[in-house]
Amino acid sequence: MTLNRIACYAAMFLCTGLPALAQVELSGSWTSKNHEDALERGAGPNPVDFTGIPFNESGRAKSLSYVQSQLSMPERICAFYSQWHMMVGTFGMKIWNVPDPLKGGTVAWVVGAWEDRAAMTIWMDGRPHPSKNAPHSQAGFTTGTWDGDVLTAYTTHMLTGYLRRNGVMTSDQATMTTHFIRHGDMLTLASYIDDPIYLTEPYYITRTFVLTPGVMNSDGPPCIIGDEGVQVGTVPHYLPGKNPFLDEMTKLYGIPVEAAMGGAETMYPAYRDKIKDKFVMPAKCSKNCGGPPPGQ
Amino acid sequence: MGYPIALRLSMLALAVALPLLAQPPGGGRGGRGGPPPTAKAMAPIDLTGYWVSVVNEDWRFRMVMPAPGDYMGVPMTPESKRVADAWDPAKDEVAGELCKAYGAPSILRVPEHLHFTWQDDQTLRMDTDAGTQTRLFHFGNWKAPAGPPSLQGDSVAAWEITRGGRGGPQPDPNAPFLTLAEGPPQAKGFLKVTTSHLKAGYLRKNGVPYSENAALNEYYDMIAERFGDTMLVVTEVVTDPQYLREPFIITSHFKKQANDAGWKPTPCSVRW
Repeated sequence: MTLNRIACYAAMFLCTGLPALAQVELSGSWTSKNHEDALERGAGPNPVDFTGIPFNESGRAKSLSYVQSQLSMPERICAFYSQWHMMVGTFGMKIWNVPDPLKGGTVAWVVGAWEDRAAMTIWMDGRPHPSKNAPHSQAGFTTGTWDGDVLTAYTTHMLTGYLRRNGVMTSDQATMTTHFIRHGDMLTLASYIDDPIYLTEPYYITRTFVLTPGVMNSDGPPCIIGDEGVQVGTVPHYLPGKNPFLDEMTKLYGIPVEAAMGGAETMYPAYRDKIKDKFVMPAKCSKNCGGPPPGQ
Repeated sequence: MGYPIALRLSMLALAVALPLLAQPPGGGRGGRGGPPPTAKAMAPIDLTGYWVSVVNEDWRFRMVMPAPGDYMGVPMTPESKRVADAWDPAKDEVAGELCKAYGAPSILRVPEHLHFTWQDDQTLRMDTDAGTQTRLFHFGNWKAPAGPPSLQGDSVAAWEITRGGRGGPQPDPNAPFLTLAEGPPQAKGFLKVTTSHLKAGYLRKNGVPYSENAALNEYYDMIAERFGDTMLVVTEVVTDPQYLREPFIITSHFKKQANDAGWKPTPCSVRW
């Protein structure tokens, strides 16, 4: 055996004992556990439920003008399906890595498409984000870094989308940061939207997914624009002060209108003191009450 | 002239590898022959200080009293629903059971401030202002004392040190984009807590029950965000063969506070 070969084997042996680059396996099919925000992620939130949204006045005004029929407009038919849909939708995720065929390593992680949300490709090779003047897309552009065992993805260049499926929108200036945190068979995503146009502070939510042995295919193409017959030149909307659902949360849950209007203060415990004397607990849940599946 | 390239590479690998292989897990404190490092000394993340709930999930179940019968999201059994349907806050008041919604499986869903301190080198203490509850996270070979089950149960804790090690630069909040070199550092490790020996209580204030057979697993991750705040993300898994069809998995998050501003101890309440 030559000296060179011995040296190579020695180096290979030693390197196997070294800590690997801080990465964990994220590949697999991850099913969504909709135990929190179940209504919002399932059937959809109630109209004018803006609780916990750190709006500014522009964000609130835009949301109050929203009419569900806007989604029939060709220009807005895909508005629900930005990358944020991964966090707020009801679906699971298929994740895989893209290896570098020449050098080894991972060039990118991909969170597969689902329904009408485009795949999220998280570039790990250090490429820069596009120019701020570059076109935006439904998928946006995402880069990632590992820190310890946490993968952090940063998404820019998204189209305007929704923050909550009742008209709370994000602008095309919004960015999304997502931490992928694996604990055994659970994958927690901590993600936030930072939007200088509609929010006063980042909107931060956390979700947990569970590894499933079943195959979960990356499903569905990016949203395809269709014609649902909305008259050209019209935008369904409510004028200021005319939204008929202002008191929907009051009628359903006894929540004061001012709390339903959102704002950053509604995210923090001190806000409870402000509405304590205005809240009236309903006698009984009347709609979307959950419970065991029928027949059990 | 000189050594062959492969030999030089192997010498370089040796030079890098040997110091790393010689280090104990967690960065090298302690050493052979000495006492094992304490949990406090081994902490890969510093949870001590004040934290505040950020409530933008399950808002109507947390910030106000959920309506009787509103069970959305909880994987209840039929028996659980039967028990919850009979919920009567007046009975809890008469029985002096005001804190049933402040037990370990639900306390982190209560809008509140948390205060972490080290009670001793092997015990991390978590106090809440809402409900004035105290949880103790015991590291090492702690054995639970005999006695009746309690609201906060017996919690065994362990640090999970990740392979990336500790430390790292602080994030630059003004950085326009993440790069491989400039990503915001997260914690290089997390806290795992397993809690059992629980007294029965409520997962939600409107009487959704958990039984004394319930167990709780929690994972505490700390993340330094590019917007300048540090967040605490807690993944919670409640199992209860009596009242849950499957593990109840929720994730709660908190924002680090500079001081005790906002800390407002309040008693447990069954009506607010």
